[in-house]
Amino acid sequence: MTAAAFSVETIRFARRTREQRRHRVIAAIAALLFALFILTLCLGQSFTSPGDVLRVLLGEEVPGASFTVGQLRLPRAVLSVLAGLCFGMGGAAFQIMLRNPLASPDIIGISLGASAAAVFAIVVLSLNGPIVSIFAVIAGLLVALLIYGLAFRNGVAGTRFILVGIGVAAMLQSMIAYTLSQAPAWTMQEAIRWLTGSVNGAQLEQSAPLLFALLVFGGLLLICSRDLEALRLGDDTAAALGTNVGRTRMLVILAAVGTIAVATAVTGPIAFVAFLSGPIAARLVGHNGSLLVPAALVGALLVLAGDYCGQFVLPGRYPVGVVTGALGAPYLIYLIVRANRSGSSL
Amino acid sequence: MTGHSLTIQALAAGYSDRLVLKGLDLQVPPGKITAIVGANACGKSTLLRTMSRLLAPRAGHVLLDGKSIHAIPPRQLARTLGLLPQSPIAPEGITVADLVSRGRHPHQGLLSRWTKLDDEAVTAALEATKTFELADRPVDELSGGQRQRVWIAMALAQQTDLLLLDEPTTFLDISHQVEVLDLLTDLNYARGTTIVMVLHDLNLAARYADHLVAMADGKLHAFGTPEEVLTEEHVRHVFGLDSRIIADPTSGRPIMLPIGRHRTKPHQPGASALPLHCAPTRIQTPVKEDQS
Repeated sequence: MTAAAFSVETIRFARRTREQRRHRVIAAIAALLFALFILTLCLGQSFTSPGDVLRVLLGEEVPGASFTVGQLRLPRAVLSVLAGLCFGMGGAAFQIMLRNPLASPDIIGISLGASAAAVFAIVVLSLNGPIVSIFAVIAGLLVALLIYGLAFRNGVAGTRFILVGIGVAAMLQSMIAYTLSQAPAWTMQEAIRWLTGSVNGAQLEQSAPLLFALLVFGGLLLICSRDLEALRLGDDTAAALGTNVGRTRMLVILAAVGTIAVATAVTGPIAFVAFLSGPIAARLVGHNGSLLVPAALVGALLVLAGDYCGQFVLPGRYPVGVVTGALGAPYLIYLIVRANRSGSSL
Repeated sequence: MTGHSLTIQALAAGYSDRLVLKGLDLQVPPGKITAIVGANACGKSTLLRTMSRLLAPRAGHVLLDGKSIHAIPPRQLARTLGLLPQSPIAPEGITVADLVSRGRHPHQGLLSRWTKLDDEAVTAALEATKTFELADRPVDELSGGQRQRVWIAMALAQQTDLLLLDEPTTFLDISHQVEVLDLLTDLNYARGTTIVMVLHDLNLAARYADHLVAMADGKLHAFGTPEEVLTEEHVRHVFGLDSRIIADPTSGRPIMLPIGRHRTKPHQPGASALPLHCAPTRIQTPVKEDQS
């Protein structure tokens, strides 16, 4: 073997090793998610044997298990996983695109836009049902466009986008507070659901929009993932490498807002899942290759584990958003402190 | 390969309310090294950005082989024309090999897999820039000089016949500046890559470039060999600075020695250059040290 061929083999081998490690970690996260999914089906306030769970899943009528597993635990677990996948992927896409972990949709007001529209629709327009969700999705997109428009000056710089987003988020928050203060008592319950994410009372039919969002918007994100990776090198470098920066940005914003807004419409804004998934995934798989898939899996893991803890592990019962919120807030503070020291990014 | 021609015709470009390039024509010499020099804010970087399609021109054309670069699909253009911007961003924790691999981006489609060809291009780029040994190290742990070599390696992995670089030597100490310019010259000799770079240091530009482009106020002020461009008159026009030009004893290329208000002998027109080993005698005692 010549020296040159040897060098190429060395590089090839190192690359393969990196890829294999990455795939192993992703497989491990997926396995963990699967295990947790099974656990939540088997173990609630009572224990159902895995065999019974399997029979329920296959459609058999199992006395004592069909209702608990089929009607309570399964919809809840499925909804948690799907919403988590949406939040994780959409959040990471924003963070990668703007090269900043603070650029998550739940920090820059996109999730809040969906919530505000839903609260408005429920309280002021007295609407309910799927129409509220459609309101939320459209509002999420409008808020994203608003931030994009306000932050646009010779292209969109990451920091400006984030600062404008935080401002918009504050504005939306006060709009929600105002709307709620005007709300008649009987709409409060429904409106509040839009402020804390929860999978309480989950029904299997609710997973349809989430599946749709994952297929359409998630698929679009995966198609963009290579160009999205190029954006991490800076807009100029990405363009020099043949990426259409403006088009990639628009597609990623559209698709990421789509996943986030649909998930928010189903479960409410489950606090900080979009924000936490990307950085946790980056810690686990390292920085080689796209983070979208591992971040989606981590998001699912967070929602599923958070909801389980909120129900059975912690004293008392909490919606999942309270648990993930308690996890996310310290991390947000840590990021801000660290960013102030070193000015570094995701 | 030196087949590609890059031509700039009556180019005007700028940012929202400010016109920076005000009508500029240039034929980039193929297979040669061209350095763009000029004062701050004269439009050097803007020219490079417009040439590489990062910025849309307000008027005029940038033609690659006679075709407007805006009519060429971005990926296809990126296989012929590479650019190393002034401040590329290395994602946190990325390794050298991974960063260099990203230069293969324009060669890969949506579903195409990584091939042996890609590995070979990455290896060749690492070896050419002497960064092969660093392949597994995270980029953020490297020194400034090493990091710049890694970025150049990424641009090399792109395997373009034309390579534009925006101030590739900024923030490097002098030995690393020379190292980077030597590396680019190697590349030009070995592959015939056409190189166009913005350089701050006039003397290094004159030393390493085959042609200089001197810009002033968004226009082409002078174009030609270093001997033709680096003259006292041009330096005065472009930088508003008095200077002496002497021959570099090492390369024979011109060297510009600036003349400030202090610590200079009165200029004697026609006087021959001082030999370098001769310490100049100070005639005038400066009134004050002005360091600012």
